[in-house]
Amino acid sequence: MSGDGTMTRSSTMSGERRLKLPAPNALVGGTLIAILLAAAGTGALWTPYDPLKLSFREKLVAPNALHWLGTDEFGRDVLSRLMAGAATSVWISILTVTLAVVMGTTIGLFSGYMRGWTDRVIMAFNDALLAFPGILLALGLLAVLGANKYGIIVALGIAYTPSVARVVRGTVLSLREREFIAASRVMGNGEGFTMLRHILPNCIAPLTVLATSMFGYVLLAESALSFLGLGVPPPAPTWGNMLAGSRPYIDQAAWLGIFPGLCISLTLLGINLLGDALRDKLDPRMRGSR
Amino acid sequence: MTTKAFSSEVGTGSREENASNKAAAPLLDVAHLTLKIGASGRSVVNDVSFQVFPGEIVGIVGESGSGKTLAARAVMGFIPPAVRLTGGAIRFEGQDVMAMSGKDLRAMRGSRVGMVFQEPMTSLNPSMLIGRQLDEGLELHRKLDASGRKALILDMLRRVGLRDPEGALDSYPHQFSGGMRQRIMLASVMLLKPALLLADEPTTALDAVVQRDVMELMVDLTQANDTAVLLISHDLGMVARYCSRIVVMCQGDVVEQGSAEDILARPQHPYTRKLLAAMPQRLPARFLPQDQTPIVAVRDLIVDYPGRQGFFRKSAPKRALHGISIDVQPGEVVAVVGGSGSGKTTLGQSIAGLVKPSGGEILFNGKPIAKSDTAYWDYRLNCQMVFQDPYSSLDPRMTIGQLVGEPLRLVEAMSGAQKKARVAEVLAEVGLKDGFADRYPHELSGGQRQRVAIARAIVRRPSFVIADEPVSALDVTVRAQVLELFDDLQKKHGFSCLFISHDLGVVEQVADRVIVMHEGRIVEEGPRDDIFDNPQHDYTKKLLSAVPGLESTGDGGVRLFWRLGEGEAPASA
Repeated sequence: MSGDGTMTRSSTMSGERRLKLPAPNALVGGTLIAILLAAAGTGALWTPYDPLKLSFREKLVAPNALHWLGTDEFGRDVLSRLMAGAATSVWISILTVTLAVVMGTTIGLFSGYMRGWTDRVIMAFNDALLAFPGILLALGLLAVLGANKYGIIVALGIAYTPSVARVVRGTVLSLREREFIAASRVMGNGEGFTMLRHILPNCIAPLTVLATSMFGYVLLAESALSFLGLGVPPPAPTWGNMLAGSRPYIDQAAWLGIFPGLCISLTLLGINLLGDALRDKLDPRMRGSR
Repeated sequence: MTTKAFSSEVGTGSREENASNKAAAPLLDVAHLTLKIGASGRSVVNDVSFQVFPGEIVGIVGESGSGKTLAARAVMGFIPPAVRLTGGAIRFEGQDVMAMSGKDLRAMRGSRVGMVFQEPMTSLNPSMLIGRQLDEGLELHRKLDASGRKALILDMLRRVGLRDPEGALDSYPHQFSGGMRQRIMLASVMLLKPALLLADEPTTALDAVVQRDVMELMVDLTQANDTAVLLISHDLGMVARYCSRIVVMCQGDVVEQGSAEDILARPQHPYTRKLLAAMPQRLPARFLPQDQTPIVAVRDLIVDYPGRQGFFRKSAPKRALHGISIDVQPGEVVAVVGGSGSGKTTLGQSIAGLVKPSGGEILFNGKPIAKSDTAYWDYRLNCQMVFQDPYSSLDPRMTIGQLVGEPLRLVEAMSGAQKKARVAEVLAEVGLKDGFADRYPHELSGGQRQRVAIARAIVRRPSFVIADEPVSALDVTVRAQVLELFDDLQKKHGFSCLFISHDLGVVEQVADRVIVMHEGRIVEEGPRDDIFDNPQHDYTKKLLSAVPGLESTGDGGVRLFWRLGEGEAPASA
């Protein structure tokens, strides 16, 4: 994108002020996400115990010095499984959100910019999909694609595309009536250039907000799918299937549910805070002044 | 004196006597009012004192940020939470407004003090019937039964000039035009016969002809009820015409106050002089060689807007232009004037290529642009546009340098370094030399943004520029500067210009030739001096008679005059 020049130049301009006083939401969110990424990275290479190794002698052990977060019904170490699961869960979420944002933005941009019949047909289709509960749609798609990591990504990606398309289209509709779009046409710029140079960058703020909240939904949806037995198949750990698997033991071994749940919540919190900070950072209007 | 002549006509002369009889007790007495913004301690209204006597019309004039609206709203006890009262007092009918309890304050609002807002489109509740809305205040403040209230409402609606008052009761606001809504708003306020009416830019959103009708209605109604008016406006001409006294505010301070006549004829404060000097004035006519190939020629242009479409219904298209033909000679500034809905903006947009005409053709340099690619690109690169709203015409995510440089993207003959030099040169020309290139639009004022928009339009050195209401969103003094800049640039680069405006004052200053449009047709066109001094068509006369003219008297003062005698002007319907 040709907007790169802007970003670097103006961030150096207001850079000193930023460095002295980073926004608290960026600080907290950034820390949480850094911890998450570190855990996911480590988890992919090394874990305290083998996350898949069964040990019936140690099943349902409460958190102690050996197993910091306890063990599950098969005696597997919860901390190890959380670390290994982090990589899977985060990877699924990132790819799903990226897929939904790319497809949704393309559809919304095209639909909103063209208007007329193109818009009406695309949006009628889109709304039909939107009226379908996302999880149900994903279930149907998974039945076709098969329950594995990539099946989940594609199914959830498609399920979340319509809401992105809606948001982008709405933003585009209001943007294209602004005078700077008319100005771009009068300059002689082509439609495609106008779309990419003037409309797309101005969609970033609502997209950032949407993408960060969607990240959370995807984590939860992945859990729900696992819960229904259509997620990443066991024994491979994900936060979702760990949470789902904890259900029968909730009264004897609460830690089985608490720790994956805590991981999901903290990740969501981190992503949302970071998303807000990112949106402010990317918007020239929020920079400087004050 | 001319001012006298028309002040007696609208009745302010008799009001002045009225007021002086009762001079003993002012209706509203604002003394040393100081308002500060809570957090920063910056004072937005600074030691302001003025008085309003019963039945008098007082105007507060100032530009944006002058504190005029805040000062007036404080009278009603309406100040935003962030603003604190730090000194002074407001006495209304002898009572201290600031010390009133919530209950007393609510009783005063509406029944003793009424308010008319600027935006008629948003000041009425869109989901409430007009009758219900008018009834609301009466029900609250008057002990009357339903039929008595209805009779009062119908009588008032008739007096504000609604054709079908009975029908209006059961209508929604969207069924009325802006002017009619402002009349309804006025009716709802005057129903309660308040002692004071606060009118905050009551006609700014309306076009000139409607503006005059509404103002005159307001003056008549308030006079009949002996209601005093505090008129807040940035439009010195209008304030001078209707007010007996004027308070001039600048950045929170009252810089001057006195009788309207004195302020116009003998302004004391430099700021008042600046305001008066900023009023557009006619310059001597220019000589332009005629009979050349017109730079832009429009032949029988027809534009239809498609009707609303749904899946199953389609309403009929609306014709916005009924076969317009115009010629613009090289170097000429042609002004297109008309009220809202006259099609002047559509004309500009279709020449700029933003609206596809359904008939007729546009010739650029004598060649039809629709016929060949070379003619189209010649036109595309040489025809530029300046838009009305400097807040929406600049992409908020681009720097000023990028914005101004963008049109050069399509100029293949220039190297990167040349383009950079051109951007710097043009920014210097519009007076944004130092460090502006790296800033974003939101860091600039309205006037500076409009300079950027002008720079962007002329950076390719076009031969034709369309300016669609380029100064109507700007303050009076800024408007004068931008107009001057535009004029300088036009003389320097010699581009032709189609100047679209509803403001006859501005048009009088810049135009060589004037085209008057009404309902999608050209009703009159000719050299500026002919149109302004000897209008032929009724609509032109009506437009001219709605706007007072100002003439410099030489010593910094101005003289207000009617453009047409009352006899010549057709009665406004």
